[in-house]
Amino acid sequence: MSALRDHMPGIDGGTPSLDLGAAFRDSHVAEVLDELDRELVGLVPVKSRIRDIASLLLVDRLRRDLGLNAGAPSLHMSFTGNPGTGKTTVALRMAQILHRLGYVRKGQLTAVTRDDLVGQYIGHTAPKTREVLKRAMGGVLFIDEAYYLYRPENERDYGQESIEILLQVMENQREDLVVILAGYKDRMDTFFRSNPGLSSRIAHHIEFPDYSADELLAISRLMLERLQYRFSPAAEPLFREYLERRMARPHFANARSVRNALDRARLRQASRLLGGSDAVSREDLMTLDVDDIKASRLFREAAPRLTGEKQ
Amino acid sequence: MRLTQGTFSFLPDLTDEQIRAQVEYCLAKGWAVAIEYTDDPHPRNAYWEMFGLPMFDVRDAAGVMTELRACRNTFPEHYIKVNAFDSTHGRESLRLSFIVGRPSREPGFRLERQESAGRRIRYTTHSYAVDRPEGERY
Repeated sequence: MSALRDHMPGIDGGTPSLDLGAAFRDSHVAEVLDELDRELVGLVPVKSRIRDIASLLLVDRLRRDLGLNAGAPSLHMSFTGNPGTGKTTVALRMAQILHRLGYVRKGQLTAVTRDDLVGQYIGHTAPKTREVLKRAMGGVLFIDEAYYLYRPENERDYGQESIEILLQVMENQREDLVVILAGYKDRMDTFFRSNPGLSSRIAHHIEFPDYSADELLAISRLMLERLQYRFSPAAEPLFREYLERRMARPHFANARSVRNALDRARLRQASRLLGGSDAVSREDLMTLDVDDIKASRLFREAAPRLTGEKQ
Repeated sequence: MRLTQGTFSFLPDLTDEQIRAQVEYCLAKGWAVAIEYTDDPHPRNAYWEMFGLPMFDVRDAAGVMTELRACRNTFPEHYIKVNAFDSTHGRESLRLSFIVGRPSREPGFRLERQESAGRRIRYTTHSYAVDRPEGERY
């Protein structure tokens, strides 16, 4: 308390005004956020949360410079959402972001699943979990499909032991590592309901929304660009139509389905090129054409459904 | 008698903050840090017990400090040291080793003289602590 009071006169008296803008430029927050905007399509709630966290860390740094109390905020997160909404991608990026914001010291990402944390016999789980935690310190621990940790149907399951150790470290060594749990929405909800302690220790529950057709198209453009492919002018609207049909079908997995569709289109493009003339240009090798997309099962099915035939 | 072995042994015991800084240095160099303990600190006893595995893929000193805390809780009255192993080709040996924990009472060593053939004398050091069985020494 006295330490706090010691600092008070400096604040009350000649208040030194701080240049928040300069501090913002000096930290590389803007670059990080721009990069995020550029490379990840959609995901508005996720981005705004990351922006909030970045601002908080920046303000905390300024507060510390003035001798104000700036405790490390709890940054444990849970990512929930449907398949293919970018949970794993963002988690991978998160380690890098938090490192550049100066929250974690080393910024390595340790991605684990149940197998890495839970042992097979009595006394095996605790050392295994501790080993993983030790490795993750100074960075981000990403637990994919975290709900597998807890198996209520087996009361002698060792997953609970792992959760307890995890809880202890999440609480006591907050400045040493950030834990991110990820999984599908409904199963994560059940998981958190049965482990209320875990849920309350996670400050940020972030939901990943499904993508719209336009966003999926933008994603496919990004994916193709990275692979050095592109759509022919006629193919792009067709691919959008494909996406709309695909979205209406069961087992649609957002960006993952897009990637699979593009991979299949690449296969068809390769066959088409081999079947065609011997001379191909650089342009040909890069372009996905109408035929490559038109050949999809979804387009073929539309016709049989009209005539009532079986596929 | 205060045991002096390894690096920094003539300095006062390192604080946790100092240990952390040393470990951070080792990790920055790419060395693997390991923790060892013993209750037989004879200077020629090169084989201390390992506490857990060498931490080859730990990236931050916090991991090592967690392990050290666990070791101190398990063996509060043992000698504990931190080793840093350099695995680069051609080196493959310890680069740094220092004591980070010691028992509250250190009885020390006595010098033993043994007469051998031709009135020659052989000298050896004997640790008072090892007169008692393992596990009850400190």
